[in-house]
Amino acid sequence: MPSTIALSVTRYRPERESEPTVQTYEIPFREDWVVLDALNHVKDRLDGSLSYRWSCRMGVCGSCGMKVNGTPKLTCATFLSDCLPGPVRVEPLDFFPIVRDLVVELGDFVRKLERVKPWIIPDGAPPATGEYLQTPEELDAYKQYSMCINCMLCYSACPIYGLEPHFIGPAAIALAQRYNLDSRDRGAAERLDALSGPDGIWQCTFVGECTKVCPKHVDPAGAIQQYKLTAATHWVKSLVLPRSAR
Amino acid sequence: MSAGPVYTPYHPRWYRRRVSVWWWLRRRSYAWFVLRELTSVFVAFFAIILLWQVHAVASGPEAYERFLGRLGTPLLLAIDAVAFLFVLVHAITWFNLTPKAMAVRLGGRRVPDWAILGSNYAAWLVLSAAVAFVLLRG
Repeated sequence: MPSTIALSVTRYRPERESEPTVQTYEIPFREDWVVLDALNHVKDRLDGSLSYRWSCRMGVCGSCGMKVNGTPKLTCATFLSDCLPGPVRVEPLDFFPIVRDLVVELGDFVRKLERVKPWIIPDGAPPATGEYLQTPEELDAYKQYSMCINCMLCYSACPIYGLEPHFIGPAAIALAQRYNLDSRDRGAAERLDALSGPDGIWQCTFVGECTKVCPKHVDPAGAIQQYKLTAATHWVKSLVLPRSAR
Repeated sequence: MSAGPVYTPYHPRWYRRRVSVWWWLRRRSYAWFVLRELTSVFVAFFAIILLWQVHAVASGPEAYERFLGRLGTPLLLAIDAVAFLFVLVHAITWFNLTPKAMAVRLGGRRVPDWAILGSNYAAWLVLSAAVAFVLLRG
């Protein structure tokens, strides 16, 4: 085991630099350290000016997504010991504007998420019992998609999002499916336009990387392909069936 | 208008990175994806040849002989062989994505991926065998 390891971090200080540079820090190697611990060590002991986002350090908040050695990762779940011998290259997530160092601007995703109405759209008044009942099977139909923590690793892995910035993108579509497949929701028709419009599912050509990098096993690529089937079926029905029978 | 960025302390200059022309070389899966996109041309080519063949068969034995003659040139044979390879690649990658696109539920449980994949390959084999039987019988 080495006693130290090199951490090469992207720096971008807009008041000083016109484009990002790389700064390398030599930090102690500890087997139980993740990349986020290494960044915290730099911030606490070596260079307090380093900026990055983090919060829960346990894979729940989705704040600490960065590229580690070229792959989008949660830095709180990526061990230094898996990056040997180093250097460990830490970069901000691809395809989002860099605000400072490792911090990217996620407003684009938030606006897209709003477009797919990620909330339960009920059909009329709530039930007389006061609560909606749901069987374990009904919960199982959407639970996987509800695990999304908005960490943006999938956007950073998706070349389509890089090339077509209007694409609604993997997480927003998976979250739309999370509500479409919920037995309490009746909003699928309201989401159809955004999802199967020009910025929606048909932009996806199934590279599949979004699913590979997802730390919560949401499988956004699967959600998109399944919704393609739903949208295509809807389109065929709209051609052959009268409005009342769809 | 004056040149140069205008920003406030609370809204600094964001750095927007350009996507390199060579982005697809960064990862094997990206390269594989671009290869799949480009080689769909061969699938279209294969489909056109097939339609041409059906037309020739429908037009009688002489037309079919002419079709075979035209297809028999080394250049077309080579292109056809390459196209066949890519059609196979596309068929296999298509089958492999079926479990992703179809979330089949039976008795409240999701049918496992291997079962969907297996049934698709089985249907492919059965259909191919049926076609082979019809063609090779005589």
